[in-house]
Amino acid sequence: MGRERVKLEAALLLAPLLLFIATSFVAPIAAMLWRGVSDMEVPRAFPRTLAALADWDGRNLPGDQVFAALADELVAARAAGTLNAAAGRLNSDTPGLRTVVFTTARRLARGVEGSPRAAILAADPAWGEVETWGALRRAGATPTDTHLLAALDLRRSADGTITSVPEEQRVFRAVALRTVWIGLLVTLLCLVLGYPLAAALVFVPRRLFGLLLFAVLLPFWTSLIVRTAAWMVLLAREGIINQAFLALGLVVEPVQMLFTRTAVLVAMVHILLPFMVLPLYAVMRQIPRAQLRAAASLGAGPVAQLVRVWLPQTLPGVGAGALMVFIQAIGFYVTPALIGGGADQMLPYFIGFYATQTVNWGLAAALSILLLVGTLLILALFGRFLSLAQFRAA
Amino acid sequence: MSAIGRLLWMVVAAATALFLVAPLLVVVPLSFSSSSFLEFPPPGLSLRWYEALWQSPFWRQAGVNTLIIGAAATAIASALGTLAAIGLWLAPLPGRPAIFGLILSPMIVPVIITAVALTFAFSPLGLAASHWGLILAHAALGAPFVVVTVLATLSGFDRALLRAASACGAGPITTFRRVLLPLVLPGVVSGAVFAFATSLDETVVVLFLGGPEQRTLPRQMFAGLKDTIELTILAAATVLIAASTVLLVVARLLAARSARLASAALR
Repeated sequence: MGRERVKLEAALLLAPLLLFIATSFVAPIAAMLWRGVSDMEVPRAFPRTLAALADWDGRNLPGDQVFAALADELVAARAAGTLNAAAGRLNSDTPGLRTVVFTTARRLARGVEGSPRAAILAADPAWGEVETWGALRRAGATPTDTHLLAALDLRRSADGTITSVPEEQRVFRAVALRTVWIGLLVTLLCLVLGYPLAAALVFVPRRLFGLLLFAVLLPFWTSLIVRTAAWMVLLAREGIINQAFLALGLVVEPVQMLFTRTAVLVAMVHILLPFMVLPLYAVMRQIPRAQLRAAASLGAGPVAQLVRVWLPQTLPGVGAGALMVFIQAIGFYVTPALIGGGADQMLPYFIGFYATQTVNWGLAAALSILLLVGTLLILALFGRFLSLAQFRAA
Repeated sequence: MSAIGRLLWMVVAAATALFLVAPLLVVVPLSFSSSSFLEFPPPGLSLRWYEALWQSPFWRQAGVNTLIIGAAATAIASALGTLAAIGLWLAPLPGRPAIFGLILSPMIVPVIITAVALTFAFSPLGLAASHWGLILAHAALGAPFVVVTVLATLSGFDRALLRAASACGAGPITTFRRVLLPLVLPGVVSGAVFAFATSLDETVVVLFLGGPEQRTLPRQMFAGLKDTIELTILAAATVLIAASTVLLVVARLLAARSARLASAALR
């Protein structure tokens, strides 16, 4: 067989899977993320108005031909049924615009007297403000940064400057911070609990080893939903822990544990702990025990053996475990949704919320971009650090 | 290490191990409780919650759906994943890191993004709220596991085996069937076990992409947990724990077997 022929065969064997993943996974994700930087609703309803607005200066009211196009298209969109989606999109940019659009369209549908400009201005005075036209142009631009800015609690005013939204409307910066904070806490707790357990796996006698490994692998293989259910049973008001507390006389009435941040952290640490223990164990197993004896014979005390000989060599495992725990933690949906309260929901919850409850695809997509870019960035940064660390260890 | 430090370490490790298994050890006995409440320890034992599970049309449908979607997704993931792994092993292709990135992408992308994106893309195609939509989604999520395990199995073998087979007069089909397939089979099966476990575990995509007709066990559990916690849910959870345990044992046995085969081949 020639070299080229083998390459061709290899490519043919790979093709079905690559094609499958490209069409049924990558393409849908790309199409969704595209919604985060584009808008469909307003261009569908007002194509000619947007074209006419293209060379508007943004400081004075637009010219007569823009008013004329808008008057035509408001009436046409109302008849075609595309007005609702466009009005909703404009309203999410500037609250109140939905009413403005509907009122104007209704009045114009009854007949336009005089110039379109006069008719539109008479229908709703909001059209006499530059901000309204700015909102219309923003909602029609592709690519647009509107959704991405909204996902960071920012917005663009009519003159194009970026400003923060008013304090009481800010949501997503707090959500992003909370996501990272919960991710870091879970990672730290997994490290603190997982490190001694992984070390125990290396040093326990063979008899106990099987039992310990089973304790790590059984939850690892058990459904996430089953483990979440187990924690709900333990933490509920009538749950096992409250029963025990009451029976022992530690409390006089049941403690609210479910729907708290602590409950979310406990359940997430439980679910992600094996992802910390297993890479740590894999790295620790490779460290020759003789090194510790050699260090001891050279006069190193127990602390020096641990800190100067053992610990540095386990760092690649710490990095790998922390990376796996953190990137999974910031993508958690089911556990916080069931065990957390409103103040414990992270980015994934809001992606789901905007995709289904309010059907604001642009915002859902922009939040997805945020989460995905964050995940890939951490992977890129720490992936490199990891391979370097492993290289040094080798 | 000093005695106190050693003691402390062992106590922390033992407590952590207990923390890992305790929730599951509570769920299993409770599912056999004769009481309707979360009394622990249960006042008496009975199979009434398993009976309730078996007699509920919703749970039965969920069980059937879980098996159908899991089996079909595993079949697709195993077939495509095995071929791709053999392709990767056969020859170094240009753009190998990019190919790996593409194949592993379903493991990396947060599953909520996958769920929302597939719902958005599959709806106009009529694949949302259909078994096929979920099968395709779960196949994509499971395929990376198959590629990784089969590739790991193959890494122990020399490509000269294929030349030897063709020198002995075997055509490509015979070589595949008689030489390659027996070699990779443990990897394929353990990859399939991973893919099936992924489908069995998957909740988020089912919640968003599935309709009422695609209720699976995880989805049915999610819906139940949002309500009041009935002990039927714990019976279903115990069934899933049993399934996971079986899959875990199969995976461990296969790992041991393929390690033996690889070391035999190296000798």
